[in-house]
Amino acid sequence: MSVLHKTLGIGSSPHVTSGDSVDTIMRNVVVALLPVTVFAVYVFGIAAALVLTTAIISCVATERFLGKLSNRPGTLGDWSVTVTGLLYGLTLPPHLPLWMVAVGGFFGVSIGKFLFGGLGSNAFNPALVGRAFLQAAFPQAMTHWNAPSASGQFFDIPSSTLTIPFVSPVFDSVTAATPLAMMKFDGIQTASPELFFGLTSGSAGETSSMLILLGGLYLIARKMMNWRIVVSILATVAVISGAFAFFDPVTYPQPHFMLLSGGLMLGAVFMATDPVATPITNAGCWLYGALIGSLVVVIRFWGGMPEGVMYAILLANAVSPHIDRMIQPRVFGVRRGTG
Amino acid sequence: MSDVTPISSRFRRGLWDDNPGLVQLLGLCPLLAVTSNFINGLGLGLATLAVMALSNLLVSATRRWIASEIRIPMYVVIIASLVTCIELVFKAWFPALDRTLGIFIPLIVTNCAILARAEVYASRNGILDSVIDGVVMGSGFAALLCCIGFFRELIGRGTMFARMDMLFGGEPMPGIQLADNGLLLLLLPPGAFLSLAIAVASKKAIDRRRQKSASFRLSI
Repeated sequence: MSVLHKTLGIGSSPHVTSGDSVDTIMRNVVVALLPVTVFAVYVFGIAAALVLTTAIISCVATERFLGKLSNRPGTLGDWSVTVTGLLYGLTLPPHLPLWMVAVGGFFGVSIGKFLFGGLGSNAFNPALVGRAFLQAAFPQAMTHWNAPSASGQFFDIPSSTLTIPFVSPVFDSVTAATPLAMMKFDGIQTASPELFFGLTSGSAGETSSMLILLGGLYLIARKMMNWRIVVSILATVAVISGAFAFFDPVTYPQPHFMLLSGGLMLGAVFMATDPVATPITNAGCWLYGALIGSLVVVIRFWGGMPEGVMYAILLANAVSPHIDRMIQPRVFGVRRGTG
Repeated sequence: MSDVTPISSRFRRGLWDDNPGLVQLLGLCPLLAVTSNFINGLGLGLATLAVMALSNLLVSATRRWIASEIRIPMYVVIIASLVTCIELVFKAWFPALDRTLGIFIPLIVTNCAILARAEVYASRNGILDSVIDGVVMGSGFAALLCCIGFFRELIGRGTMFARMDMLFGGEPMPGIQLADNGLLLLLLPPGAFLSLAIAVASKKAIDRRRQKSASFRLSI
């Protein structure tokens, strides 16, 4: 056997590798997220910087602590948990109290990732699990949006940021409704250029569609992201909302507003494409994206909340193993249906 | 046939080793549904404890006359009558608690932990032993309800022992207020599942640690 092994090189699959490791991919995701991150700090000031830092620290510390507790080889070196922390921080309202950020990060990594078996086994996107937890645990703080580019935002730390745990936060900043909330409750549609460049209120990293798309294009160009999911989500949202806006333009917003507002871009480009919790086959990815897109439209149009990208992605994550079971690639050499 | 196990180790079994909620995972529906605060857990726990002890008594007393083919319906009839009594007791003396617990007091009938004790223990043991078994297992269940209720109230609302007046009478008591508010999630249904999971996992972890230290002592 050993001779055979040496001459023929017997080993188990995969036999062809791309040369990309988890480590390289994750580092590239960080690079792709860098413009979005810098812009978040530029728009929302020091509060956003603190939220992002706390998010990353809480996620990394949780991973390290649990890895030690369960004697599993550390996965800190591969940057994956850093990406989780960064993405998680980018989905949060920038004036959220830091202790809530830390609790959500702990929950997302421990329950959303570690309990399922760590990187590669998580059924849901851990960053979104953390955010969904916060949404359920602190509904008021999670729907408090402060105005972008406030005066003194680079020097004064808002009082809500440093709230003591379990004390109701006092928000002293100027509030502003998100574009989606304005649409849902007041019927005002924010202009597209504003949404595209990102000078609106919202979660730290969701405002600038332009920079998110830029990061996405970088990852797609380096073949580190499945573009089918992104295209499928955006196309589904555009087609469904376009059809509604065509027949009833008074009630329903225009498709370009649907695409550029809220967390859709950030969700479609960086959250829904999480390589672990998505289907394996390309056909499955199209279906998965279409499912997210239609859920987003349904929640935004008829749900109680103005935004639904997070729940849409989490629901689709839950469905993706079933999509994989439904759409199985043909085994080489076997006719479909006979295998 | 008499159970010779000392009473202390039987309590240990009911509260820890064989806890109906924690280990057998029985009766989870009321456990998950009402434990959003301590007083609810305590109220339902006491009601379940009473029904369990009395149903074990009656099942054991009548075990010679109940044909084994129809024993389960007979047990259900016995338990249902007892639950009706308990429900009336709650309505008479603890009306506020009765309103909060609502349907979950009548639903004690369907608590499979009670039926399980009737079937596996009371139907084949003496009266005294069966009553003891009911008390032991019932207190295990009640203790778990109290613990989870306490935990969810503390984290979810930031209070301890709020509204104890529902059981003891008097003016509405706010309890010990530790914080303005808490993690709302713990009061919602997912919080019940998370708390139970934490309880079961902690029990396993403690057992494993004990086992380890015990085998360590043996090896020395």
